Amino acid sequence: MTDDHVYLSLADAAGEPDGEARWAYGTGFADPLLGVDAAPPEGVDPADLAAYCLMLGDDALVLSQRLIQWITRAPELEEEVALANLGLDLLGQARRLLTRAGQLDGTGRSEDELAYWREDFEYRNVRLVELENGDFAQCVARLLMFATARGELYRRLTGHADPVLAAVAALGVKELAYHREYAHSWTVRLGDGTEHSRQRMQAAVDALWPWLDELFTPHEAELRLGVDPSELRDTVLAGLAEVLDEATLSVPEAAPRAYVNGRAGRHGVHTEALGPLLAELQVVARAHPGATW
Amino acid sequence: MEASAEAQSRFEAVVANEQRVEPRDWMPDAYRATLVRQIAQHAHSEIIGMQPEGNWLTRAPSLRRKAILLAKAQDEAGHGLYLYAAAETLGVDRAELTEKLIDGRQKYSSIFNYPTLTFADVGVIGWLVDGAAICNQVPLCRCSYGPYARAMVRICKEESFHQRQGYELLMTLMAGTEGQRRMVQDAVDRWWWPSLMMFGPPDGASPNSERSMAWRIKRHSNDELRQRFVDMTVPQAEILGVTLPDPALAWNEERGSWDFGEPDWSELMQVIKGQGPCNAQRIDRRRAAHEDGAWVREAASAYAAKHGRKGSAQ
Repeated sequence: MTDDHVYLSLADAAGEPDGEARWAYGTGFADPLLGVDAAPPEGVDPADLAAYCLMLGDDALVLSQRLIQWITRAPELEEEVALANLGLDLLGQARRLLTRAGQLDGTGRSEDELAYWREDFEYRNVRLVELENGDFAQCVARLLMFATARGELYRRLTGHADPVLAAVAALGVKELAYHREYAHSWTVRLGDGTEHSRQRMQAAVDALWPWLDELFTPHEAELRLGVDPSELRDTVLAGLAEVLDEATLSVPEAAPRAYVNGRAGRHGVHTEALGPLLAELQVVARAHPGATW
Repeated sequence: MEASAEAQSRFEAVVANEQRVEPRDWMPDAYRATLVRQIAQHAHSEIIGMQPEGNWLTRAPSLRRKAILLAKAQDEAGHGLYLYAAAETLGVDRAELTEKLIDGRQKYSSIFNYPTLTFADVGVIGWLVDGAAICNQVPLCRCSYGPYARAMVRICKEESFHQRQGYELLMTLMAGTEGQRRMVQDAVDRWWWPSLMMFGPPDGASPNSERSMAWRIKRHSNDELRQRFVDMTVPQAEILGVTLPDPALAWNEERGSWDFGEPDWSELMQVIKGQGPCNAQRIDRRRAAHEDGAWVREAASAYAAKHGRKGSAQ
């Protein structure tokens, strides 16, 4: 065995060339969409497709930022690992979708220009993902709702005419299936755990349920693209009801949160929670305009 | 349990022959206690060490840097888990060790009691702090206690990747704007001396070292490792184009090594005694996460008890 020269010993212990294998959990930065045809498909308005990618990308980015806020605050180390993992998946989806939006909208903006240099009214995420974190039960309830809906959507989008969107969806389906499984297992443990945890889990579901409807409310671009999210409603609600039942929780009968003059997240009309979230996300980038990181 | 002379001599032979002591083997109580103390301290360092860099997760200035930093935080939580598992093979449990951390009975590396003030700190921590950790930890891959040695092989691989990522970030910043270069130099100025102190007090003042060396838990003295780190780092600083804040730094032809100045040990002692800039903040955060999560862990246990299988939380 080599003596303890730092790098020699490392090479010895590793027995492998530098590269991806050094990541604990296989987080590659090679572009998984490399080689996918980037030209917009025929018969699809690139502006609509760009708007749609922005909506889905912003959902993923903002929820990822909320999950990141849990790091060093989770109830157990396994949850630190899992929430970071979920956040990384969503961040990866956001990067691909924002990149796609920038390719299609004619501005050529990069993922970073879109993430760091838009104002809150230019963000197109649903309000559900931007709400303050709350407790772990709310973290779980939001993940359950989002992952159930987004998993079902991605499943349908795997056959989309845009090869890039179809590829993003195909990657995302597997990730969201794990997110849903994670949220499912915790919903059941908290719902069917102690009396205290049952109350907290029910309160979390009750608090977030009114924001769920926005995920099923179509934007005009979605209708033109033939990806009407209202078609997801029955499947998603049935899936959620099943989990809540297993968790001994009841399905809330809450009315959806109203819009503002008919507009909500998809049109850039958000809650008060988004501004501070973006201020934090963007502060360093904006302090150094033009810098490369 | 009284050790037989035979068990004692078997243990000594295993250590002397560079073989591994395994959990079910007989070992002296003091060997076990030393390992528990060291592995727990190491595990706590991984978990507390998530905080200084975690401070920049939400503000990372590009999505790629955010992903890299998030993956690193995830790795650190994973390292904490392997290390607590290695400690558990010695007959302690994670919950007990966590309690000892948050009530101050066990320590973690003092380096994490310094603040991270700009995004360049993320790069400098990767380069210097992870670099120093690697110098300390590579010899542990050959530690006499098997579970610890094996955990360290994996951890060192990942740490070396983090170090290179840190250095790559700094190279990018040094090739950037004047403001970015200033951030890097400022971060190097703040982290250099604390990094040198990561190797512990000078050899003459390191009470536990000699016995750990005899047991093949430790392989090199604090001063040897510190020298190795300086020799490795000085050329990297030159390539980077930063100045290390030590006027005494000079190449010593005779020794074939860099001479360097004396760290301010009294400042280190203050930090060790709990008076560092972030000691209270780091423990408060860890305690809050633990206490806020108690109802979640209780729910998982209650669910597991009802349904006859183990929940993933403890």
